Amino acid sequence: MDISGDASNKLSKKNAEWFARPGFARFVYSAAAVVLALLIGAVLIGVSGYSVKEAYYNLFMGAFGGVYSLATTIVMATPLLFTGLAVAFAFQCGLFNVGAEGQLYVGALASAVVPLALEGLPPVLRVIIALLAGAGAGAAVGFLPGYLKAKIGAHEVITTIMLNYIATLLTTFLVKTYFRDPGPVDQTVLLPLGSRLPEIIPGTRVSLGIVIGILAVALLNYVIRRTVLGYEIQAVGQNPHAAEYGGVNVRARMVQAMMISGAVAGLAGSVEAMGTLYRFIPYFSPGYGFTGMAIAVIAGESLWAVIPAAILFGALQSGGQSMQLFAGIPMELMTMVQGLVILFVAAPGMAEMIFRRKSCGKEGGGRA
Amino acid sequence: MYAVRMENITKRFGSVTANEAVDFAAFPGEIHCLLGENGAGKSTLMRILFGLCRADSGLICIDDEPVDISGPRDAISLGIGMVHQHFRLAERLTVEENIIAGCEPSKNGLVDYDGARERILEVSQRYGLTVDPTAVVEDISVGQQQRVEIIKALMRGAKVLILDEPTAVLTPPEVEELFVVMRALRDAGTTIIFITHKLKETMEISDRVTVLRDGRTVGVVNTADATPDSLVEMMVGRSLPIHDSHRVPAKDGIFLQLKDVSVAGKKGSRARLDSVNIAVRGGEILGIAGVDGNGQLELEEVATGLQRPSKGQIIVNGQDVTGSDTRSIRDSGVAYIPSDRLKRGMVDSFSIARNSVLGMHHSAHFSHRGVIKEDVVRRHAENLVDVYDVRSESIDQPIGSLSGGNQQKLVVGRELLRPHSVVVAAQPTRGLDVGATHYIREQILASRNKGKAVLLISAELDEILELSDRIAVIYEGRIVDVRPTNQYTERELGLLMTGQRNGV
Repeated sequence: MDISGDASNKLSKKNAEWFARPGFARFVYSAAAVVLALLIGAVLIGVSGYSVKEAYYNLFMGAFGGVYSLATTIVMATPLLFTGLAVAFAFQCGLFNVGAEGQLYVGALASAVVPLALEGLPPVLRVIIALLAGAGAGAAVGFLPGYLKAKIGAHEVITTIMLNYIATLLTTFLVKTYFRDPGPVDQTVLLPLGSRLPEIIPGTRVSLGIVIGILAVALLNYVIRRTVLGYEIQAVGQNPHAAEYGGVNVRARMVQAMMISGAVAGLAGSVEAMGTLYRFIPYFSPGYGFTGMAIAVIAGESLWAVIPAAILFGALQSGGQSMQLFAGIPMELMTMVQGLVILFVAAPGMAEMIFRRKSCGKEGGGRA
Repeated sequence: MYAVRMENITKRFGSVTANEAVDFAAFPGEIHCLLGENGAGKSTLMRILFGLCRADSGLICIDDEPVDISGPRDAISLGIGMVHQHFRLAERLTVEENIIAGCEPSKNGLVDYDGARERILEVSQRYGLTVDPTAVVEDISVGQQQRVEIIKALMRGAKVLILDEPTAVLTPPEVEELFVVMRALRDAGTTIIFITHKLKETMEISDRVTVLRDGRTVGVVNTADATPDSLVEMMVGRSLPIHDSHRVPAKDGIFLQLKDVSVAGKKGSRARLDSVNIAVRGGEILGIAGVDGNGQLELEEVATGLQRPSKGQIIVNGQDVTGSDTRSIRDSGVAYIPSDRLKRGMVDSFSIARNSVLGMHHSAHFSHRGVIKEDVVRRHAENLVDVYDVRSESIDQPIGSLSGGNQQKLVVGRELLRPHSVVVAAQPTRGLDVGATHYIREQILASRNKGKAVLLISAELDEILELSDRIAVIYEGRIVDVRPTNQYTERELGLLMTGQRNGV
């Protein structure tokens, strides 16, 4: 009775083939989406009365034209790599972590404050403990919505959004009350050299953070693809009823997935605090946690795809800045291009929906 | 003269051919069965007729006039109606609102409910389609919802009525009522096209039969000239041997026992399971007969730890496992074929390989220190696909891309390959075609012959009668009788299943 439509099997097979498309095909598709977004962006720039040639020249040079530009792109991409990974990992368990922003703030504060109490330790140890503190703080903030979902069924989107306010304001409060650097500005004390993430390209601000980020992608990809925990997290994400049937503790996996996601988002704050700002400043994030959601959507099923997606957004950011600086074109136009990229990458999903309506697909049988 | 004639219809989905030069024709005022296994192309052909998809090539004639049907609207205006297997009703609206939706009669700019109700009652009385026009759809039974769909089609002027597997969702008494309605409609001149894969119903209700196999027309016969055997041969291209239901006397101990098990209902309603006592011995199949929704789901889930009983004990291999979680109950030796394959039995986006170990993925055989042994899993999947005849291209393809029958073979194979002494098999052949059904029943019998204790829960009475050594009848959450299979008559079972205890 479940599948008895003659057409539906064939159709769901078609869907499955689409989703099983190799990473390369998806990459080509995403690249096409970027080109299309840039073309429409060109029209918008032209209509707004700017020179398209000048705009895109500066965009490209600002993103990739030389060591300094490349470095800026990577610096911009680093926190996005973490937040994108955080959201993408929670996706694997079927959870939408809208709370990366708040988790990032508590992670940043923990990493900016903890090493100050560890002056006696060797730098390597200090950095490691500070990173763990950031991850731990993020995990703690991730734990709450996971626990509430598992225990009373509170939807994680609602609880993580609300926790964003709490976490962001809490860090500001803590800085003002306990960790304020004497001076005119609300911020923590500058981290001493031995508590910072070292630069990996001298003279730029590219820190070890990007390497840690790539390692984190590799590690979580391994967890998802090869471990029992990853199998169970994916099973819960794809079909919690079947996971339950397979003897999986669905609630525990949800809590764990949210904690891991929170830890990674916390690390986004850590690498910003320890590798770029060298301190905690209230409201330092221009929405890294939210951009992370867009990156996760573009990356889709693959955690590896978070890396190019984060670099793309880093490049649009750094290129957009130089476009604003040298061509006088408002940054908002680049934000629009970012929005168009997301729209076009998400489009096949929409096309699929429309296609299914019009074809012989039967509800119940084929699944997207 | 034909009411419907479809000639040379071809329809492809990508590389898959659903219909290949199919011919189909129905006379006015006949019940014409469209018979075939799942995937034979029956639904596609009828969806083309109803305008839900377009044929790549071919000709459609209604009353011998060539027509162009590009959407359901065209089909309806040509007098074609279709009742889908999954109803298209707005659950929160009343019966009459559902029936008139889309062609509301109006009077002075307002919806004319009184007029509509009158016409509905008139149609419903003429054909014995009893419904209450003011009832809310979500409150009425599935059988009644189906009547609403039929009335809807008739009120839109259907002279050709397509019924897509209408009996799949009905209880046996409801099927009988539907057949009465179908005969009344036929006698009034309506052409009924009845899509099914059930032989018994085909023989009982139809005037003529068109058999499809692999997207082609195999033949058209008068039902009076056909036998079930000849139809099976046309459907599957060979005849099926009769099951070897050689019964081994159960001599082993009790492997699965439910003692006084109850599951409380929602606030105020009656218990879903009420003091159920059953015991299954090694080497026997205990069949649970009953009309769907009388506690079968609770029974299977309580026995496997997916639900906790509010009272009573569950004992597996002599050990009290009441209150244990699913993992530990299943690890203690329970293989479980769930009634809802898509919801419970598989993760449809996972590959065949990954699905082949669901529920065993954590065992020492398939993992080491939390890391899954990929090569062991793959070998297991290759073996499973091979032994249980799962037709697939690769073990890496998502299980959702397989046909229902092959999915179920994989689920059955996975469960029977795990170490077990007890099999809980719930609706193991639901929705499957004749070939797959036959195969899975054989596997269940083989399992019994190997000395396993099998609890078979099925709404198909034929299946229960064919496989079980003993039968327990469940009604409103209570076991109302348990006897060896040969000590029931079919009539007794029917009465017990519908709660008429005194009738026996």
